[in-house]
Amino acid sequence: MHLLKDDSAANGLSSPAFTVRAPAKEFSADLAPSMDHLDQLEAQSIYIFREAFGRLKKIALLWSLGKDSNVMIWLARKAFFGRLPFPALHVDTGKKFPEMYRFRDHYGKEWELDLRVEPCPPIDAVDPTLPPAARSAARKTEGLKMALGKYGFDGLIAGIRRDEEATRAKERVFSPRGLEGNWDVRDQPPEFWDHFNASPPQGAHLRIHPILHWTESDIWAYTKRENIPIIPLYLSQNGKRYRSLGDQDITNPVASTASNIDEILVELEETKVPERAGRALDHETEDAFERLRVAGYL
Amino acid sequence: MNMIVTPASPATPNGTTRPQVRIVIVGHVDHGKSTLVGRLLHETGSLPDGKLEMLKAVSARRGMPFEWSFLLDALQTERDQGITIDTTQIRFRTNSRDIVLIDAPGHAEFLRNMITGASQADGAVLIIDALEGVRDQTRRHGYLLHLLGVKQVAVVVNKMDRVDFSAERFNEISDEISAHLLGLGVKPTAVIPISARDGDGVAERTDRIGWYKGPTVVEALDRLEPAQPLEALALRLPVQAIYKFDDRRIVAGRIESGSLIAGDEIVIMPAGKIARIKTVESWPVTPVAGRQGAGRSVGITLDRELFVERGDIIAHANSAPRETRRLRARIFWLHDKPLAKGDQLLVRCGPKESRATVVAIEKAVDPGELSSVENKAIGLNHVGEIDISLSNSIATDPYTENPRTGRIVIEVSGRIAGGGLVLSVDAGQRALPVDIVPVESALRPDERSARYQHNGAVVWLTGLPASGKSTLAKALERRLFSNGGSPILLDGDTLRAGLNSDLGFSAADRSENIRRLAEVATHLARNGHIAIVAAVSPAREDRAAARHIADTSFREIHVATPAGVCEERDPKGHYKKARAGALASFTGIGNDYETPQAAELVIDTSTRTVAEAADEIEQMLKTTGVLFDEVVDLAANI
Repeated sequence: MHLLKDDSAANGLSSPAFTVRAPAKEFSADLAPSMDHLDQLEAQSIYIFREAFGRLKKIALLWSLGKDSNVMIWLARKAFFGRLPFPALHVDTGKKFPEMYRFRDHYGKEWELDLRVEPCPPIDAVDPTLPPAARSAARKTEGLKMALGKYGFDGLIAGIRRDEEATRAKERVFSPRGLEGNWDVRDQPPEFWDHFNASPPQGAHLRIHPILHWTESDIWAYTKRENIPIIPLYLSQNGKRYRSLGDQDITNPVASTASNIDEILVELEETKVPERAGRALDHETEDAFERLRVAGYL
Repeated sequence: MNMIVTPASPATPNGTTRPQVRIVIVGHVDHGKSTLVGRLLHETGSLPDGKLEMLKAVSARRGMPFEWSFLLDALQTERDQGITIDTTQIRFRTNSRDIVLIDAPGHAEFLRNMITGASQADGAVLIIDALEGVRDQTRRHGYLLHLLGVKQVAVVVNKMDRVDFSAERFNEISDEISAHLLGLGVKPTAVIPISARDGDGVAERTDRIGWYKGPTVVEALDRLEPAQPLEALALRLPVQAIYKFDDRRIVAGRIESGSLIAGDEIVIMPAGKIARIKTVESWPVTPVAGRQGAGRSVGITLDRELFVERGDIIAHANSAPRETRRLRARIFWLHDKPLAKGDQLLVRCGPKESRATVVAIEKAVDPGELSSVENKAIGLNHVGEIDISLSNSIATDPYTENPRTGRIVIEVSGRIAGGGLVLSVDAGQRALPVDIVPVESALRPDERSARYQHNGAVVWLTGLPASGKSTLAKALERRLFSNGGSPILLDGDTLRAGLNSDLGFSAADRSENIRRLAEVATHLARNGHIAIVAAVSPAREDRAAARHIADTSFREIHVATPAGVCEERDPKGHYKKARAGALASFTGIGNDYETPQAAELVIDTSTRTVAEAADEIEQMLKTTGVLFDEVVDLAANI
């Protein structure tokens, strides 16, 4: 008897993964423990992961190595009982921090990821009318398109959040992309009651955003609760830390004394500086970020 | 997304907890929604440093006076059009609440965006221009809040400065909108006079509205309650997937209501099969002890191997949802092409999906006008009540009994086109299982199997026309009977002459034909007979449904004679007629036969004799425990 849907990404799985067997113990049939805010976020994200895996044919998770995508991998392992049953795709600009590459190589193995590292084209191949930092980031979009062409994914899981940036607030959880990978903000299908539009046209793909409803504080609180490893660049050294990690040449640290996650949470409680303040490309022109997103940037 | 938010809420670093409430601001275009949001952000001290200054600078650069609404118009396209396009989530704090604001647009064209936003909300603010009063979009949004199940609605009457803060004008509007909302079963939590631009009534009761004694907008928001998880209702665990990553077979899904714990006896609907929860699986620690409540995404294992599939609903045996192929629903319609009687759709109810046909349309109405009632079709952005006939059984509840499982979404061409509430199920088409008291046989199954030397089974022969199904079925029947067994032949064509004479060859009718065959065959199998079904049964989904019904007694045999050989045989002349175009919906010459992927046996009749094929079937029935091996059986009886 076959129990998995024929045409879903759930086909052809293997790879045993590590689970901890809990000691059998007596439990009472009392009321269920109430769910806190992080429990609710987690349950929602798990639901989204399982929908993406069940309803699309060939998916991959975009692993940027940052705090958000590490939380995503953790959530996916919760959804699938310890494993990531699809590839983790790192579109590599070649300009990340050395700490990020070390992190990738170490945890790619430890978490038994099916890691695919895909390069980006040279800068000359990118729209020369974009401002310098945006042009550099647009390289990544090109790299992504190349990877899409190479593997034929019909769904890419991305760790964007609504609270990061105004244009991202417009996103759907299942966000259709055009044949060129572009995002049509004007013609987004309705999405409600956890029913997602999961039928991309032939040759196009969907972006799936399992942590769209999380905030920066949620990410850190969850990272702490679950003890998810992080890149040390997020913690303060010499009065500075990175709130968001991108390419070395277009990412700057912010002034901060937060040297552990608790201190980051206190800092976020008080700050009114936007998270992507250290990302040069967000500030070049009013519409640079949106132009990138329409063209298929994350 | 429609997340349930409990009062237990975000723990802030200093250890305090604050309930989080999601709200949506709706209303007619230009009634001041974005202005109110900008003002609220300012009044609650929630603006990022520099944002106000930046926008003021942008306004100056464009030679426009600053407007509060610019705060939200972060997209250049919006600024160009002068309307907000889509939902934006913004957070701010009142005294005791964390408010997540889902901004929804007022422009009629983007109702699908308003619905996307409002479906996530615990509460809503409905904004009305004091000068213009209640408009069509005001009524439409009020109606949709009702359909989306948003119960807490605060009404604000904006631009009071434009009517000289007239209490009389305010009361007029307040009476009109209150009557409209009450008619929908929605009681406004407050009706508040404000001027979003100047700040009156937003965070302060100013002198200009001294006659008003109710709460300010910020106070009204502070009183909203987060949605409660539906733990008090009956258990509903819709199955999202079955995972077999290792030796565990995990049934995964999210508990929509109620709760469960290892050891619970559960029923899997719509099939109605009973099992017990063996474990609740998790990661990194597994299994987990204790009760799991509504809102959790869980994975469970069962104490027995049952056919469970995506879309089934797991419930407790004494409080199961209803199984139905007929629904009545109140829906909103978001597709350009009006929904009409006879339309074919895809209906989703949780993870379950089924093809469906619209049987009747009633009370179609533009909720903005409310006067133009018609019964032929439901137009874009209109609402109506529809009867739907489903090609697969689904398990569901009326929304009054369970607001989570009692709602459906309609898809057209792979895109969500509408949705709504389940008003009632069945509509008299099929009796409810709860009303049926089956009379059990006087004989026990083992009494029969001792006589027949076999267990009951459904032997299902599927394959192209003329592939040899009926020939094999008859040979098998003769063979089993000669050995003292009790075989009964159910031929698809024969049953079409009587039991199924009301059915044609549409996809829906073929499904129903197969369902009836499977039900009759299963009844025979339960009573110890071997039902031999010979039916083309081209649709994989239909055969899966048959297997679902017959469960462990199902044995599928794919009679895989090559298509060319079948067409050459053509004993009934069907292929010839079909080639001549005289036989519509004929399976065989198209690509409409879906090959089985997990049949218990595959037989090509072009390469073996009938007797050889019957041998193979007999052997399969022995190895799969239907026919008793005589020697072993004798030994067991000594």
